[in-house]
Amino acid sequence: MLPRSFRLTAKSQETPDTFTLVFEDPEHGEVRFRPGQFMMIYVFGVGEVPISIAGNPHKTHDLILTVRGVGAVTNAICALDPGMVVGARGPYGSGWPLAAAKGRDLIIVTGGIGIAPLRPAIIETLSRRDDFRDLSLIYGARTPTDLLYKDDLLGWESSADIDVEVTVDRASSEWWGDVGLVTRLLPRVRFNPPNTAAFVCGPEVMMRVVARDLTARGVPTQNVYLSLERNMKCAVGFCGHCQFGRDFLCRTGPIRSFHDLAERMRVDEI
Amino acid sequence: MAARVIDSSGLESLLTALRRSGYDLIGPTVRDQAIVYDHVSGTDDLPRGITDTQEAGHYRIEERSDESLFGFNAGPSSPKDHLYPSHDELFSARREDGRIRFTATVHPNSPRFAFIGVRACELAAIAIQDRVLLGTEAVDLGYSSRRAGAFMVAVNCVEAGGTCFCDSMGTGPRATEGFDLVLTEVTPGAEYVIETGTSRGAQLLASIESLPAGPAEEQRVECGISNAVRQMGRRMETDGLQALLVDNPEHPRWDQVGDRCLTCGNCTMACPTCFCSTTEDRVTLDGEALRSRRWDSCFGLDFSSLHGHSVRASARSRYRQWLTHKLGTWHDQFGMSGCVGCGRCITWCPVGIDITEEVAAMRGQVS
Ligand SMILES: Cc1cc2nc3c(=O)[nH]c(=O)nc-3n(C[C@H](O)[C@H](O)[C@H](O)COP(=O)(O)OP(=O)(O)OC[C@H]3O[C@@H](n4cnc5c(N)ncnc54)[C@H](O)[C@@H]3O)c2cc1C
Ligand code: SF4
Ligand code: SF4
Ligand code: FES
Repeated sequence: MLPRSFRLTAKSQETPDTFTLVFEDPEHGEVRFRPGQFMMIYVFGVGEVPISIAGNPHKTHDLILTVRGVGAVTNAICALDPGMVVGARGPYGSGWPLAAAKGRDLIIVTGGIGIAPLRPAIIETLSRRDDFRDLSLIYGARTPTDLLYKDDLLGWESSADIDVEVTVDRASSEWWGDVGLVTRLLPRVRFNPPNTAAFVCGPEVMMRVVARDLTARGVPTQNVYLSLERNMKCAVGFCGHCQFGRDFLCRTGPIRSFHDLAERMRVDEI
Repeated sequence: MAARVIDSSGLESLLTALRRSGYDLIGPTVRDQAIVYDHVSGTDDLPRGITDTQEAGHYRIEERSDESLFGFNAGPSSPKDHLYPSHDELFSARREDGRIRFTATVHPNSPRFAFIGVRACELAAIAIQDRVLLGTEAVDLGYSSRRAGAFMVAVNCVEAGGTCFCDSMGTGPRATEGFDLVLTEVTPGAEYVIETGTSRGAQLLASIESLPAGPAEEQRVECGISNAVRQMGRRMETDGLQALLVDNPEHPRWDQVGDRCLTCGNCTMACPTCFCSTTEDRVTLDGEALRSRRWDSCFGLDFSSLHGHSVRASARSRYRQWLTHKLGTWHDQFGMSGCVGCGRCITWCPVGIDITEEVAAMRGQVS
């Protein structure tokens, strides 16, 4: 339950409100994790929030986080300068079930900051590309300036290993790409529905629509995985905040199959 | 060890012996017009000749016609207030040599509590909190240290209150486990049958004067307990309850109760099993940061906040979360019900919302 002390070694601005931060813990070393897991990040005297691990799962010396400043703690994280320290404990939660996607087409659908917990999964699938059949990433952002990981995107777009489709809600004059919901891009990527797995992370409304469309096209509900977001205070099943019906999402989530979630996701304010 | 009988001076010696062994005695006592658990030093602090009357949204203490020390039922507080206090420090942190040094708050000198007069439903509630707070690889350190040292002197209920339904929940009125010693007040204020649950309980009992209990005394214990069963003020049918709640999130009754509920959170504060908490961070004047845990309630708007909104904005959804968790999903999470039938949430609800009535309504048994 006690955090470890991590020092910020590098920081880059992704968008006006989002930063990617690289931390290290010289004393205890690496943080091993499974793609999709999260850490509880503590800012001295301010508070503690769940943040997904966004780094390469094979380079665990660095703890890489992408944080969007929306409130007290996340803004304090975004305001850190290299050399400054935070507390971090974890990793917590279920990861993306890469084993369940093995031998299948894999579609990754994300919106906004939701791409952060998927970045390690993309890196991982590309590192063992032969385990999967067709691989595609559909990524939506509010505007072109809100796109995260622009360097990664350039690399992935130029690779034959993954089909990358990007869309924005509102375009600017320099934007040549797609405009509209991520679901509009589904028909564009190649997948054989009965043998497809999907990893989805983004705003809950978006995940709902994506899961509905994918399953309507014949992707089995048990192959569609969503990462849900709930208030989390402890990450160890004590505080009760992260409950989603029978799940404590900090322990038995945040990633679960749509098969398991569908019924509860139909209930308002659950 | 077979049952023994002690008189009121025997009970006094028992409390003195516990105190001499270094225990901090926590027992029922009258404060602010209610019988609460607080520090006691002997039988004089117990609510002699006092009882309570309880109904939905109603609690009054009054005088009894006898000298009974345990002639009342569950009050607004429970052992939870001491084992899992509403506020507890988790760690302190200091900036030192370019790092943060975290120090878990340890409780080496935390008092060893001896709880006096703990009821069967309360022992069951403690067993539930043990499961929640000690049952996985993560452990609440404060709870664990206070719990480990605690000595339990239970009392079998021989009378039940207006909001009691432990009989329905299978948790009482007889204490069957989780105690070191258990008393049954067979003659009010004068005579107690005492049974042991652990070897340390037996040791303590051996150190005070007692007589063997005969069949007549044992018979009076049985009579008292059956009397409490007969007096249960409430009843709850538990068959298929878990599915009933989980499968009916759109039941019209949720709207009805949501209209009445003030989302004050009294029920969760009084409930001996509710464990939800939040955290607080502050920095002291000398630059130390402290993190503590504070009871929280699923009835609060902030409880489910995500930036910009709360998941459970309506009172309906918050009451539904509470009841569905307590009687439904608690089973999935911990393999047991989250309700022990103590009736506190009924008594202390300012508008008299009654968990047993809500369940009956969900079953279509009341309109
Ligand atoms: C499993 C998980 C992974 C996440 N990964 C990331 C990530 O990689 N990058 C990122 O920028 N954000 C991520 N978030 C969201 C992030 O945790 C919230 O933005 C953050 O908690 C807001 O805290 P705050 O103090 O800045 O905001 P405030 O609005 O001041 O928050 C007040 C309190 O409400 C709670 N809260 C508010 N919003 C959220 C929220 N969206 N989710 C959970 N609790 C919330 C927090 O407990 C916080 O202490 C993740 C959330 C979860 C549950
Ligand atoms: S839900 Fe009500 S009756 Fe059940 S244990 Fe909690 S306070 Fe007691
Ligand atoms: S049920 Fe009663 S005690 Fe509980 S929050 Fe609602 S009004 Fe308050
Ligand atoms: S975050 Fe506290 S129980 Fe899950």
